[in-house]
Amino acid sequence: MSTIEISGLHKSFGTLEVLRGIDLSVEPGEVVCVIGPSGSGKSTLLRCVNLLEEPTAGSIRVAGVEVTDPDCDIDAVRRGIGMVFQQFNLFGHLTVRENVTIAQRRVLRRSRADAARIATANLSRVGLLEKADAYPAQLSGGQQQRVAIARALAMDPQLMLFDEPTSALDPELVGEVLAVMRGLAAEGMTMLVVTHEMAFAREVASRVVFMDAGVVVEQGPPAEVFGRPREERTREFLHRVLEPTRVSENEIGVQRKE
Amino acid sequence: MTMSPRRRRQLFRVAGYVLFAAAIAAVAAAADWGRLSDAFLRLDVAESMFPEAITVALRNTIVYTLLAFVFGLTLGLVLALMRLSSILPYRWFATAYIELFRGLPALLVLFMVGYGVPLAFPDREIPGGVYGSVAVGLGLTAAAYMAETIRAGIQAVPRGQLEAARTLGMSHPRAMISIVLPQAFRIVIPPLTNEIILLTKDTSLVYVLGVTSTTIELTKFAGDTLNTRVNPTPLVVAGLLYLVITLPLSQLVRGLERRAGRER
Repeated sequence: MSTIEISGLHKSFGTLEVLRGIDLSVEPGEVVCVIGPSGSGKSTLLRCVNLLEEPTAGSIRVAGVEVTDPDCDIDAVRRGIGMVFQQFNLFGHLTVRENVTIAQRRVLRRSRADAARIATANLSRVGLLEKADAYPAQLSGGQQQRVAIARALAMDPQLMLFDEPTSALDPELVGEVLAVMRGLAAEGMTMLVVTHEMAFAREVASRVVFMDAGVVVEQGPPAEVFGRPREERTREFLHRVLEPTRVSENEIGVQRKE
Repeated sequence: MTMSPRRRRQLFRVAGYVLFAAAIAAVAAAADWGRLSDAFLRLDVAESMFPEAITVALRNTIVYTLLAFVFGLTLGLVLALMRLSSILPYRWFATAYIELFRGLPALLVLFMVGYGVPLAFPDREIPGGVYGSVAVGLGLTAAAYMAETIRAGIQAVPRGQLEAARTLGMSHPRAMISIVLPQAFRIVIPPLTNEIILLTKDTSLVYVLGVTSTTIELTKFAGDTLNTRVNPTPLVVAGLLYLVITLPLSQLVRGLERRAGRER
Protein backbone atom coordinates (compact mmCIF):
# COMPACT_ATOMS: atom_id res chain seq x y z
CA MET A 1 0.00 0.00 0.00
CA SER A 2 1.34 3.37 -0.99
CA THR A 3 1.98 5.86 1.79
CA ILE A 4 0.52 8.65 -0.34
CA GLU A 5 -1.75 8.16 -3.31
CA ILE A 6 -2.92 11.31 -5.07
CA SER A 7 -5.17 11.13 -8.10
CA GLY A 8 -6.79 13.83 -10.21
CA LEU A 9 -6.00 16.53 -7.66
CA HIS A 10 -7.25 20.01 -8.49
CA LYS A 11 -7.05 23.08 -6.28
CA SER A 12 -8.29 26.56 -7.05
CA PHE A 13 -8.06 29.74 -5.02
CA GLY A 14 -11.00 31.73 -6.37
CA THR A 15 -10.49 31.86 -10.12
CA LEU A 16 -6.79 30.95 -9.87
CA GLU A 17 -6.24 27.26 -10.59
CA VAL A 18 -3.06 26.33 -8.73
CA LEU A 19 -3.17 22.55 -9.16
CA ARG A 20 -4.50 21.24 -12.45
CA GLY A 21 -4.75 17.50 -12.16
CA ILE A 22 -1.97 15.90 -10.15
CA ASP A 23 -1.40 12.14 -9.98
CA LEU A 24 1.39 11.13 -7.65
CA SER A 25 2.17 8.32 -5.28
CA VAL A 26 4.83 7.91 -2.62
CA GLU A 27 5.82 4.42 -1.52
CA PRO A 28 6.94 3.53 2.02
CA GLY A 29 10.58 4.47 2.59
CA GLU A 30 10.74 6.71 -0.46
CA VAL A 31 12.20 10.22 -0.35
CA VAL A 32 10.41 12.25 -3.01
CA CYS A 33 11.68 15.76 -3.71
CA VAL A 34 9.35 18.17 -5.48
CA ILE A 35 11.14 20.92 -7.40
CA GLY A 36 9.90 23.66 -9.68
CA PRO A 37 9.56 27.42 -10.04
CA SER A 38 7.73 29.65 -7.54
CA GLY A 39 3.99 29.53 -8.03
CA SER A 40 4.09 26.10 -9.66
CA GLY A 41 1.88 24.66 -6.88
CA LYS A 42 4.51 22.60 -5.01
CA SER A 43 3.64 23.90 -1.56
CA THR A 44 -0.09 23.74 -2.26
CA LEU A 45 0.32 20.09 -3.26
CA LEU A 46 2.12 19.37 -0.01
CA ARG A 47 -0.46 21.24 2.05
CA CYS A 48 -3.26 19.26 0.42
CA VAL A 49 -1.77 15.99 1.66
CA ASN A 50 -2.65 16.80 5.29
CA LEU A 51 -5.61 18.93 4.29
CA LEU A 52 -4.18 22.29 5.35
CA GLU A 53 -5.68 23.17 1.99
CA GLU A 54 -9.00 21.64 0.98
CA PRO A 55 -8.71 20.16 -2.53
CA THR A 56 -11.23 21.38 -5.10
CA ALA A 57 -11.40 17.98 -6.78
CA GLY A 58 -9.61 14.64 -6.77
CA SER A 59 -8.73 12.19 -4.05
CA ILE A 60 -5.82 11.79 -1.66
CA ARG A 61 -5.16 8.63 0.34
CA VAL A 62 -2.59 8.56 3.12
CA ALA A 63 -1.70 5.05 4.28
CA GLY A 64 -4.94 3.81 2.80
CA VAL A 65 -7.16 6.41 4.48
CA GLU A 66 -8.95 8.74 2.12
CA VAL A 67 -8.36 12.17 3.67
CA THR A 68 -10.64 13.84 1.12
CA ASP A 69 -13.58 11.79 2.43
CA PRO A 70 -15.86 14.14 4.45
CA ASP A 71 -16.21 11.44 7.13
CA CYS A 72 -12.44 11.14 7.59
CA ASP A 73 -11.15 12.06 11.07
CA ILE A 74 -8.48 14.44 9.82
CA ASP A 75 -7.01 15.04 13.29
CA ALA A 76 -6.31 11.32 13.58
CA VAL A 77 -4.66 11.21 10.13
CA ARG A 78 -2.54 14.27 10.89
CA ARG A 79 -1.11 12.56 13.98
CA GLY A 80 0.69 10.19 11.63
CA ILE A 81 1.98 12.93 9.30
CA GLY A 82 4.80 15.14 10.51
CA MET A 83 5.10 18.52 8.86
CA VAL A 84 7.98 21.00 8.80
CA PHE A 85 7.31 24.56 7.64
CA GLN A 86 9.42 27.14 5.89
CA GLN A 87 8.86 29.56 8.80
CA PHE A 88 9.51 26.88 11.49
CA ASN A 89 6.30 27.84 13.38
CA LEU A 90 7.64 26.86 16.77
CA PHE A 91 5.29 27.83 19.59
CA GLY A 92 6.84 31.05 20.87
CA HIS A 93 5.34 30.93 24.36
CA LEU A 94 6.74 27.45 25.09
CA THR A 95 10.27 26.23 25.74
CA VAL A 96 11.95 23.90 23.28
CA ARG A 97 11.09 20.91 25.48
CA GLU A 98 7.47 22.02 25.84
CA ASN A 99 7.24 22.48 22.07
CA VAL A 100 8.18 18.83 21.68
CA THR A 101 5.97 17.51 24.49
CA ILE A 102 2.72 19.49 24.18
CA ALA A 103 1.17 17.49 21.34
CA GLN A 104 2.38 14.22 22.85
CA ARG A 105 0.54 15.13 26.05
CA ARG A 106 -2.56 16.78 24.59
CA VAL A 107 -3.07 14.67 21.47
CA LEU A 108 -1.47 11.29 22.12
CA ARG A 109 -2.25 11.48 25.88
CA ARG A 110 1.19 10.22 26.77
CA SER A 111 2.21 10.42 30.41
CA ARG A 112 4.44 13.28 31.49
CA ALA A 113 7.38 10.90 31.93
CA ASP A 114 6.92 9.21 28.54
CA ALA A 115 6.56 12.53 26.75
CA ALA A 116 9.69 13.89 28.43
CA ARG A 117 11.67 10.76 27.59
CA ILE A 118 10.61 10.85 23.92
CA ALA A 119 11.30 14.60 23.75
CA THR A 120 14.80 14.02 25.11
CA ALA A 121 15.44 11.28 22.57
CA ASN A 122 14.28 13.43 19.64
CA LEU A 123 16.11 16.56 20.77
CA SER A 124 19.28 14.46 21.00
CA ARG A 125 18.43 13.13 17.55
CA VAL A 126 18.66 16.68 16.13
CA GLY A 127 21.58 17.60 18.40
CA LEU A 128 19.78 20.21 20.49
CA LEU A 129 19.24 18.58 23.88
CA GLU A 130 21.28 21.30 25.59
CA LYS A 131 18.75 23.90 24.31
CA ALA A 132 15.76 22.10 25.86
CA ASP A 133 15.01 24.92 28.29
CA ALA A 134 15.55 27.78 25.83
CA TYR A 135 12.73 29.64 24.12
CA PRO A 136 12.51 29.58 20.31
CA ALA A 137 13.39 33.28 20.05
CA GLN A 138 16.77 32.49 21.65
CA LEU A 139 17.70 30.03 18.89
CA SER A 140 19.12 30.55 15.42
CA GLY A 141 16.91 29.75 12.44
CA GLY A 142 18.71 26.48 11.81
CA GLN A 143 18.29 25.43 15.44
CA GLN A 144 14.61 26.37 15.36
CA GLN A 145 14.07 24.27 12.28
CA ARG A 146 15.82 21.30 13.88
CA VAL A 147 13.54 21.66 16.92
CA ALA A 148 10.57 21.75 14.54
CA ILE A 149 11.76 18.46 13.05
CA ALA A 150 12.13 16.97 16.56
CA ARG A 151 8.62 18.18 17.41
CA ALA A 152 7.21 16.38 14.39
CA LEU A 153 9.25 13.21 15.01
CA ALA A 154 8.05 12.99 18.62
CA MET A 155 4.62 12.03 17.29
CA ASP A 156 6.11 8.91 15.66
CA PRO A 157 4.90 9.84 12.17
CA GLN A 158 4.93 7.34 9.32
CA LEU A 159 5.40 10.18 6.85
CA MET A 160 7.17 13.54 6.99
CA LEU A 161 6.26 16.54 4.83
CA PHE A 162 8.87 19.28 4.39
CA ASP A 163 7.69 22.60 2.93
CA GLU A 164 10.85 24.43 1.78
CA PRO A 165 12.51 23.77 5.14
CA THR A 166 15.68 25.73 4.36
CA SER A 167 14.30 28.64 2.33
CA ALA A 168 14.07 31.02 5.30
CA LEU A 169 17.56 30.23 6.59
CA ASP A 170 20.80 32.13 6.32
CA PRO A 171 23.05 30.24 3.89
CA GLU A 172 25.46 29.02 6.56
CA LEU A 173 22.58 27.42 8.53
CA VAL A 174 21.17 25.38 5.64
CA GLY A 175 23.65 22.54 6.09
CA GLU A 176 22.68 21.59 9.64
CA VAL A 177 19.02 21.18 8.67
CA LEU A 178 19.85 19.19 5.54
CA ALA A 179 22.14 16.96 7.63
CA VAL A 180 19.26 16.07 9.94
CA MET A 181 17.01 15.39 6.95
CA ARG A 182 19.64 13.24 5.28
CA GLY A 183 19.92 11.21 8.48
CA LEU A 184 16.15 10.71 8.55
CA ALA A 185 16.17 9.53 4.95
CA ALA A 186 18.96 7.07 5.73
CA GLU A 187 16.85 5.64 8.57
CA GLY A 188 14.11 4.87 6.08
CA MET A 189 11.62 7.65 6.86
CA THR A 190 9.09 8.24 4.10
CA MET A 191 9.52 11.88 3.07
CA LEU A 192 7.86 14.29 0.68
CA VAL A 193 10.11 17.33 0.37
CA VAL A 194 9.42 20.59 -1.45
CA THR A 195 12.81 22.18 -1.87
CA HIS A 196 15.04 24.52 -3.82
CA GLU A 197 18.16 22.65 -2.65
CA MET A 198 19.03 20.83 -5.86
CA ALA A 199 22.17 19.28 -4.39
CA PHE A 200 20.11 17.72 -1.62
CA ALA A 201 17.51 16.44 -4.07
CA ARG A 202 20.18 14.97 -6.31
CA GLU A 203 21.96 13.22 -3.46
CA VAL A 204 19.15 12.10 -1.14
CA ALA A 205 15.98 11.76 -3.21
CA SER A 206 14.85 8.37 -4.45
CA ARG A 207 12.66 10.25 -6.92
CA VAL A 208 12.50 13.83 -8.14
CA VAL A 209 9.24 15.41 -9.30
CA PHE A 210 9.38 18.53 -11.44
CA MET A 211 6.26 20.67 -11.31
CA ASP A 212 5.32 23.70 -13.35
CA ALA A 213 2.06 25.62 -13.70
CA GLY A 214 0.09 23.20 -11.54
CA VAL A 215 1.03 19.94 -13.25
CA VAL A 216 3.77 17.34 -12.88
CA VAL A 217 5.96 17.91 -15.92
CA GLU A 218 8.25 14.95 -15.35
CA GLN A 219 9.51 12.69 -12.62
CA GLY A 220 12.13 10.02 -12.17
CA PRO A 221 15.34 9.12 -10.38
CA PRO A 222 17.49 12.18 -9.69
CA ALA A 223 20.19 11.02 -12.09
CA GLU A 224 17.65 11.07 -14.92
CA VAL A 225 15.78 14.27 -14.11
CA PHE A 226 18.98 16.20 -13.44
CA GLY A 227 21.21 14.38 -15.92
CA ARG A 228 18.92 13.78 -18.90
CA PRO A 229 15.76 15.87 -18.49
CA ARG A 230 13.21 14.85 -21.13
CA GLU A 231 11.15 18.03 -21.14
CA GLU A 232 12.32 21.40 -22.46
CA ARG A 233 10.66 23.17 -19.50
CA THR A 234 12.68 21.05 -17.06
CA ARG A 235 15.91 21.75 -18.91
CA GLU A 236 15.26 25.51 -18.83
CA PHE A 237 14.44 25.46 -15.11
CA LEU A 238 17.52 23.43 -14.20
CA HIS A 239 19.74 25.63 -16.33
CA ARG A 240 18.52 28.74 -14.52
CA VAL A 241 18.74 27.18 -11.06
CA LEU A 242 21.99 25.25 -11.41
CA GLU A 243 23.92 27.77 -13.49
CA PRO A 244 22.50 31.16 -12.53
CA THR A 245 25.64 32.98 -13.63
CA ARG A 246 25.42 31.45 -17.10
CA VAL A 247 21.94 32.78 -17.90
CA SER A 248 22.49 34.99 -20.92
CA GLU A 249 20.90 38.32 -21.61
CA ASN A 250 19.43 36.97 -24.87
CA GLU A 251 17.43 34.36 -22.98
CA ILE A 252 15.63 36.90 -20.86
CA GLY A 253 15.09 39.42 -23.67
CA VAL A 254 17.44 42.18 -22.56
CA GLN A 255 17.72 44.92 -25.21
CA ARG A 256 21.06 46.71 -25.02
CA LYS A 257 21.15 50.39 -25.80
CA GLU A 258 23.20 50.92 -28.97
CA MET B 1 22.21 88.14 9.13
CA THR B 2 20.94 84.79 7.96
CA MET B 3 20.87 81.85 10.33
CA SER B 4 21.65 78.28 9.37
CA PRO B 5 18.65 75.92 9.67
CA ARG B 6 20.34 74.26 12.61
CA ARG B 7 20.81 77.54 14.53
CA ARG B 8 17.21 78.45 13.77
CA ARG B 9 15.94 75.13 15.17
CA GLN B 10 17.99 75.71 18.34
CA LEU B 11 16.55 79.18 18.77
CA PHE B 12 13.00 77.94 18.33
CA ARG B 13 13.53 75.23 20.90
CA VAL B 14 14.85 77.66 23.52
CA ALA B 15 11.95 80.01 22.79
CA GLY B 16 9.59 77.09 23.32
CA TYR B 17 10.99 76.28 26.76
CA VAL B 18 10.84 79.92 27.85
CA LEU B 19 7.25 80.29 26.70
CA PHE B 20 6.20 77.11 28.45
CA ALA B 21 7.80 78.10 31.74
CA ALA B 22 6.32 81.60 31.54
CA ALA B 23 2.82 80.22 30.97
CA ILE B 24 3.05 77.92 33.99
CA ALA B 25 4.44 80.72 36.17
CA ALA B 26 1.69 83.11 35.08
CA VAL B 27 -1.09 80.67 35.97
CA ALA B 28 0.58 79.85 39.28
CA ALA B 29 1.03 83.51 40.18
CA ALA B 30 -2.54 84.41 39.26
CA ALA B 31 -4.11 81.74 41.49
CA ASP B 32 -5.00 82.61 45.07
CA TRP B 33 -3.07 79.87 46.85
CA GLY B 34 -4.21 80.84 50.32
CA ARG B 35 -7.88 80.42 49.50
CA LEU B 36 -7.19 77.30 47.50
CA SER B 37 -5.42 75.53 50.34
CA ASP B 38 -8.08 76.70 52.82
CA ALA B 39 -10.72 75.10 50.67
CA PHE B 40 -9.02 71.97 49.36
CA LEU B 41 -6.45 71.08 51.98
CA ARG B 42 -8.33 71.08 55.29
CA LEU B 43 -6.53 68.40 57.26
CA ASP B 44 -9.30 68.03 59.85
CA VAL B 45 -11.81 67.28 57.07
CA ALA B 46 -9.41 64.87 55.43
CA GLU B 47 -8.76 63.11 58.73
CA SER B 48 -12.46 62.64 59.42
CA MET B 49 -12.72 60.55 56.23
CA PHE B 50 -10.42 57.83 57.51
CA PRO B 51 -10.40 54.93 57.95
CA GLU B 52 -13.70 54.55 55.97
CA ALA B 53 -12.14 56.13 52.89
CA ILE B 54 -9.88 53.11 52.63
CA THR B 55 -11.71 50.27 54.39
CA VAL B 56 -15.02 50.94 52.62
CA ALA B 57 -14.76 53.38 49.73
CA LEU B 58 -11.37 52.39 48.25
CA ARG B 59 -12.09 48.75 48.89
CA ASN B 60 -15.45 48.92 47.10
CA THR B 61 -13.93 50.82 44.19
CA ILE B 62 -11.38 48.04 43.74
CA VAL B 63 -14.00 45.30 44.14
CA TYR B 64 -16.33 46.95 41.59
CA THR B 65 -13.44 47.33 39.17
CA LEU B 66 -12.35 43.72 39.47
CA LEU B 67 -15.89 42.33 39.20
CA ALA B 68 -16.63 44.42 36.10
CA PHE B 69 -13.25 43.47 34.62
CA VAL B 70 -13.74 39.73 35.12
CA PHE B 71 -17.28 39.86 33.71
CA GLY B 72 -16.18 42.08 30.83
CA LEU B 73 -13.12 39.98 30.03
CA THR B 74 -15.13 36.75 29.94
CA LEU B 75 -17.83 38.26 27.75
CA GLY B 76 -15.20 40.05 25.66
CA LEU B 77 -13.37 36.77 24.98
CA VAL B 78 -16.62 35.11 23.89
CA LEU B 79 -17.44 38.08 21.63
CA ALA B 80 -13.94 38.08 20.13
CA LEU B 81 -14.23 34.38 19.29
CA MET B 82 -17.71 34.97 17.82
CA ARG B 83 -16.33 37.82 15.76
CA LEU B 84 -13.71 35.46 14.29
CA SER B 85 -16.11 32.55 13.93
CA SER B 86 -16.85 31.03 10.56
CA ILE B 87 -20.55 31.04 11.49
CA LEU B 88 -22.08 34.17 9.98
CA PRO B 89 -24.84 34.87 12.59
CA TYR B 90 -22.21 34.76 15.35
CA ARG B 91 -20.16 37.35 13.51
CA TRP B 92 -23.23 39.51 12.98
CA PHE B 93 -24.22 39.34 16.61
CA ALA B 94 -20.72 40.14 17.89
CA THR B 95 -20.29 43.04 15.46
CA ALA B 96 -23.70 44.49 16.35
CA TYR B 97 -23.01 44.11 20.07
CA ILE B 98 -19.60 45.77 19.85
CA GLU B 99 -20.85 48.68 17.75
CA LEU B 100 -23.85 49.19 20.04
CA PHE B 101 -22.05 49.14 23.37
CA ARG B 102 -19.05 51.14 22.20
CA GLY B 103 -21.47 53.82 21.09
CA LEU B 104 -23.40 54.11 24.36
CA PRO B 105 -22.22 56.03 27.43
CA ALA B 106 -21.31 53.72 30.31
CA LEU B 107 -23.62 55.72 32.57
CA LEU B 108 -26.60 54.99 30.34
CA VAL B 109 -25.84 51.26 30.25
CA LEU B 110 -25.48 51.20 34.02
CA PHE B 111 -28.87 52.91 34.36
CA MET B 112 -30.48 50.42 32.01
CA VAL B 113 -29.06 47.45 33.88
CA GLY B 114 -30.01 48.93 37.25
CA TYR B 115 -33.59 49.77 36.30
CA GLY B 116 -34.31 47.85 33.11
CA VAL B 117 -33.35 44.33 34.20
CA PRO B 118 -35.68 44.31 37.26
CA LEU B 119 -38.51 45.45 34.97
CA ALA B 120 -37.76 42.84 32.32
CA PHE B 121 -37.35 39.96 34.75
CA PRO B 122 -39.57 40.82 37.74
CA ASP B 123 -39.14 37.42 39.39
CA ARG B 124 -35.38 37.31 39.15
CA GLU B 125 -32.55 39.59 40.06
CA ILE B 126 -28.88 39.83 39.24
CA PRO B 127 -27.06 37.83 41.93
CA GLY B 128 -24.85 39.80 44.27
CA GLY B 129 -27.10 42.86 44.64
CA VAL B 130 -25.32 46.09 43.76
CA TYR B 131 -22.08 44.21 43.20
CA GLY B 132 -23.66 42.01 40.56
CA SER B 133 -25.41 44.95 38.89
CA VAL B 134 -22.13 46.86 38.71
CA ALA B 135 -20.28 43.87 37.28
CA VAL B 136 -22.89 43.55 34.54
CA GLY B 137 -23.58 47.26 34.06
CA LEU B 138 -19.95 48.29 33.62
CA GLY B 139 -18.84 44.92 32.24
CA LEU B 140 -21.23 45.09 29.28
CA THR B 141 -19.51 48.21 27.99
CA ALA B 142 -16.01 47.05 28.87
CA ALA B 143 -16.66 43.76 27.06
CA ALA B 144 -17.23 45.60 23.78
CA TYR B 145 -13.84 47.30 24.02
CA MET B 146 -12.03 44.22 25.27
CA ALA B 147 -13.56 42.06 22.50
CA GLU B 148 -11.92 44.27 19.89
CA THR B 149 -8.62 44.22 21.77
CA ILE B 150 -8.67 40.43 22.13
CA ARG B 151 -9.67 39.95 18.49
CA ALA B 152 -6.70 42.05 17.42
CA GLY B 153 -4.49 39.99 19.74
CA ILE B 154 -5.69 36.70 18.26
CA GLN B 155 -5.16 37.99 14.74
CA ALA B 156 -1.66 39.15 15.67
CA VAL B 157 -0.65 35.53 16.36
CA PRO B 158 0.83 34.29 13.07
CA ARG B 159 -1.44 31.92 11.15
CA GLY B 160 1.41 29.36 11.06
CA GLN B 161 0.99 28.80 14.81
CA LEU B 162 -2.52 27.46 14.32
CA GLU B 163 -1.41 25.44 11.29
CA ALA B 164 1.50 23.88 13.17
CA ALA B 165 -0.82 22.94 16.03
CA ARG B 166 -3.43 21.44 13.69
CA THR B 167 -0.68 19.57 11.85
CA LEU B 168 0.28 17.89 15.12
CA GLY B 169 -3.26 16.51 15.33
CA MET B 170 -4.77 19.09 17.70
CA SER B 171 -8.43 19.89 17.16
CA HIS B 172 -9.31 23.51 16.45
CA PRO B 173 -10.53 24.26 20.00
CA ARG B 174 -7.48 22.53 21.50
CA ALA B 175 -5.13 24.51 19.26
CA MET B 176 -6.86 27.76 20.23
CA ILE B 177 -6.67 26.97 23.96
CA SER B 178 -3.11 25.61 24.07
CA ILE B 179 -1.36 27.60 21.37
CA VAL B 180 -3.16 30.68 20.03
CA LEU B 181 -4.91 32.21 23.06
CA PRO B 182 -1.88 32.09 25.41
CA GLN B 183 0.13 34.04 22.84
CA ALA B 184 -2.77 36.39 22.08
CA PHE B 185 -3.16 37.24 25.76
CA ARG B 186 0.52 38.03 26.08
CA ILE B 187 0.04 40.55 23.30
CA VAL B 188 -3.06 42.16 24.81
CA ILE B 189 -1.97 42.40 28.46
CA PRO B 190 -0.89 46.06 28.14
CA PRO B 191 -4.14 47.25 26.48
CA LEU B 192 -6.20 45.15 28.91
CA THR B 193 -4.43 46.78 31.84
CA ASN B 194 -5.40 50.13 30.35
CA GLU B 195 -8.96 48.83 30.33
CA ILE B 196 -8.71 48.20 34.10
CA ILE B 197 -7.63 51.81 34.58
CA LEU B 198 -10.62 53.04 32.59
CA LEU B 199 -12.93 50.74 34.57
CA THR B 200 -11.50 52.02 37.86
CA LYS B 201 -12.58 55.52 36.90
CA ASP B 202 -15.95 54.33 35.57
CA THR B 203 -16.82 52.93 38.99
CA SER B 204 -17.48 56.57 39.92
CA LEU B 205 -20.78 56.11 38.06
CA VAL B 206 -21.99 53.40 40.41
CA TYR B 207 -23.83 55.94 42.62
CA VAL B 208 -26.70 55.99 40.10
CA LEU B 209 -27.68 52.52 41.29
CA GLY B 210 -28.20 53.87 44.78
CA VAL B 211 -25.44 52.80 47.15
CA THR B 212 -25.57 52.39 50.92
CA SER B 213 -22.92 53.14 53.53
CA THR B 214 -21.46 49.66 53.00
CA THR B 215 -21.49 49.62 49.20
CA ILE B 216 -20.31 53.21 48.71
CA GLU B 217 -17.30 53.89 46.44
CA LEU B 218 -14.77 56.73 46.37
CA THR B 219 -16.54 59.41 44.33
CA LYS B 220 -19.88 59.09 46.10
CA PHE B 221 -18.12 58.91 49.46
CA ALA B 222 -16.21 62.11 48.70
CA GLY B 223 -19.38 63.81 47.48
CA ASP B 224 -21.29 62.89 50.63
CA THR B 225 -18.50 64.13 52.89
CA LEU B 226 -18.30 67.32 50.85
CA ASN B 227 -22.01 67.89 51.48
CA THR B 228 -21.89 67.25 55.23
CA ARG B 229 -18.68 69.24 55.87
CA VAL B 230 -19.39 71.93 53.28
CA ASN B 231 -15.77 71.74 52.12
CA PRO B 232 -14.24 70.29 48.95
CA THR B 233 -11.19 68.70 50.59
CA PRO B 234 -12.73 65.19 50.21
CA LEU B 235 -12.38 65.55 46.42
CA VAL B 236 -8.62 65.83 46.82
CA VAL B 237 -8.54 62.79 49.11
CA ALA B 238 -10.62 60.75 46.66
CA GLY B 239 -8.43 61.89 43.77
CA LEU B 240 -5.28 60.78 45.57
CA LEU B 241 -6.83 57.41 46.38
CA TYR B 242 -7.76 56.89 42.70
CA LEU B 243 -4.15 57.60 41.83
CA VAL B 244 -3.06 54.99 44.37
CA ILE B 245 -4.82 52.45 42.13
CA THR B 246 -4.17 53.85 38.66
CA LEU B 247 -0.56 55.07 38.86
CA PRO B 248 0.93 51.64 39.70
CA LEU B 249 -1.22 50.14 36.94
CA SER B 250 0.00 52.55 34.28
CA GLN B 251 3.54 51.96 35.53
CA LEU B 252 2.87 48.25 35.06
CA VAL B 253 1.60 48.82 31.50
CA ARG B 254 4.73 50.77 30.67
CA GLY B 255 6.93 48.00 32.08
CA LEU B 256 5.04 45.33 30.14
CA GLU B 257 5.28 47.30 26.92
CA ARG B 258 9.01 47.74 27.40
CA ARG B 259 9.37 44.01 27.95
CA ALA B 260 7.26 43.19 24.90
CA GLY B 261 9.40 45.58 22.87
CA ARG B 262 12.59 43.84 23.99
CA GLU B 263 11.30 40.37 23.18
CA ARG B 264 10.61 41.31 19.59
